[in-house]
Amino acid sequence: MPETRQLSYGEAIYEATLQEMERDPSVFVYGLGVDDPKGHYGTTKDFHERFGPDRCFDTPLSEDTMTGLGVGAALMGMRPIHVHQRMDFLLLCMNQLINMAAKYHYVSAGQWSVPMVVRASIGRSWGQGPQHSQALQSMFAHVPGLKVVAPTTPYDAKGCFIEAIRDNNPVIFIEHRLLYANKGHVPEESYTVPFGKARVLKEGDDVTLVATTHMVVEALRAREQLKTIGIDAEVIDLVSLSPIDTETVSKSVNKTDALVVVDNGWENCGISAEVIAKVAELNPTNFPKFARMGFAPVTCPTTKVLENEFYPNSTSIAQKVNRLLNEDQGNSWNPVPMKATEIEAFKGPF
Amino acid sequence: MLTIRLVEEKVAVIYHTDAVKSPVHLSIGQEAPSVAVCAALEKNDMVIGTYRGHALYLAREGDLDAMVAELYGKSEGCGRGKAGSMHLGDKSIGMPHTSAIVATGMPNAIGVAFAQKFKKENAITACFIGDGAVDEGAVSESMNFAGLKKLPLLIIVENNQFAIHSPISTRMPRPNFVERAAAFNVAGASVMDNDLDSMLSTSQAAIDHVRSGQGPFLLEIATYRWKEHVGPGDDWALGYRTKEDASPWFENDPLKLCGERIAADRRLALESKVKEQITRAFDRAEKGTFPDPAEMWDNVYA
Repeated sequence: MPETRQLSYGEAIYEATLQEMERDPSVFVYGLGVDDPKGHYGTTKDFHERFGPDRCFDTPLSEDTMTGLGVGAALMGMRPIHVHQRMDFLLLCMNQLINMAAKYHYVSAGQWSVPMVVRASIGRSWGQGPQHSQALQSMFAHVPGLKVVAPTTPYDAKGCFIEAIRDNNPVIFIEHRLLYANKGHVPEESYTVPFGKARVLKEGDDVTLVATTHMVVEALRAREQLKTIGIDAEVIDLVSLSPIDTETVSKSVNKTDALVVVDNGWENCGISAEVIAKVAELNPTNFPKFARMGFAPVTCPTTKVLENEFYPNSTSIAQKVNRLLNEDQGNSWNPVPMKATEIEAFKGPF
Repeated sequence: MLTIRLVEEKVAVIYHTDAVKSPVHLSIGQEAPSVAVCAALEKNDMVIGTYRGHALYLAREGDLDAMVAELYGKSEGCGRGKAGSMHLGDKSIGMPHTSAIVATGMPNAIGVAFAQKFKKENAITACFIGDGAVDEGAVSESMNFAGLKKLPLLIIVENNQFAIHSPISTRMPRPNFVERAAAFNVAGASVMDNDLDSMLSTSQAAIDHVRSGQGPFLLEIATYRWKEHVGPGDDWALGYRTKEDASPWFENDPLKLCGERIAADRRLALESKVKEQITRAFDRAEKGTFPDPAEMWDNVYA
């Protein structure tokens, strides 16, 4: 298939939603600002005009109750999409998500289901600081009854989003602000990307580099840096955080015998720990070299010089890989930094 | 109403045997609000209840055998034992399984009502909460949205004056629920006399209001919990309320007063029929089967 049709990540989510709203009249989109002129980076930009105010509407600032609204509508067979401008705001919704959305199907022995999508943008960029940049995926991945996905490419964004809408369970769909402008091949027709499948983005023989959401972009750059010293990294985008595709990761590790997991989040009790533990459980007697990386275990600071220390970047990832593979000489290598356009180009004020 | 009372009295009697093995929040003394509202609802309406849900489940004509089996943790139960007393529900009676977290059903009720309006169903949602739930932000937020969108929602506040042991006076500076509702364009009325006829007529008027598209309605019904917050016993010894406080509620017990209006022989016949059904339900529950341990893995995802 020729990969000529290019869309941005944001456009891919818009197109997925549009196609599903056209296909299924029970799909509706709601949340703060979804019908404003910006339409959340264009991802919801004209749905209120196309489908009317019953199927795309702004809400009061009542995050927990508005989550409950979606849960109730989903019990009645509708397919709500609740949009949050920052993932941090999901902390206001934990009660409805965990005590209600994740429970109805189980506690009723299958009588009710909650086919709902919760869109959450990780807000990193341009000084978003302690409460506008958090990545809380592991909190949701912890809970049975919820599914958690975090696609990185525009192709996966569209396919996973359609899959999320059609899934009969509550799905936390994690986006990253720095990905919205990224372009990639997206077919025009409707398609789904199944959950529970990681994607091998680049093949390699020397190390398995597993990453999530924006850290996938950093990992791909790290791969280029590692190439200059002859290390060939296989880069895997985890895509689905609950369930996790242990099989794909494990298969890669069997080939490379080295595993580095870079989560776009904190390490403690996080996705990186989970991936390593799951691989270990599958290979208890033949465990590879491994390392993990994530945000520094501090609150995200606002000022740029400190923020730069907070996040892993391609250079720190490449150095970590090199130290893992070449214990004696790994510390002295300082690769030429790569340009991170999506980080540098982003400006506020939003 | 009689069924609810007698079922719960039976639960209280057998509770010491530990057949239930889970908390029970009995409705004894406050059966009437559920009975009155459900009498005025239609079959295609939806109800949202709470962990004190035996009364609503039975008033909504939920299957008695399935309820008792659920209390016993048996696979014949309305949640195949995964729910228990605190999470009764049944899709066939339009009752989502209830929540044990105060006020959390209310946001779901507005979602259900939103869907009914969206689908242009001629149906309404009746959401039962207690006075304790009104403390929660979710209730104010839900009333705000219901008023904003004129949702077909009836909110029933069963005001039994206590959140566990905390009286309203320690929780609210101005405990006027109808007034609060008015701030959100939610109409309201209170029934404070513990009289079944008043509850019935006011419920019917409130439901007519909601069903005719005039928007949500909050119906406060004063009532009284006779038993302890959780468990089968009395709690007068705790001192947070006295038996003297309760005596007007005993005297005006809607079940007793209602029974007095029925001829004695008919009442006795009715009682014996209900007792027979209850005995059968408990027998069946005892003889029922526990779920296969492998069922733990079922229904995690739809």
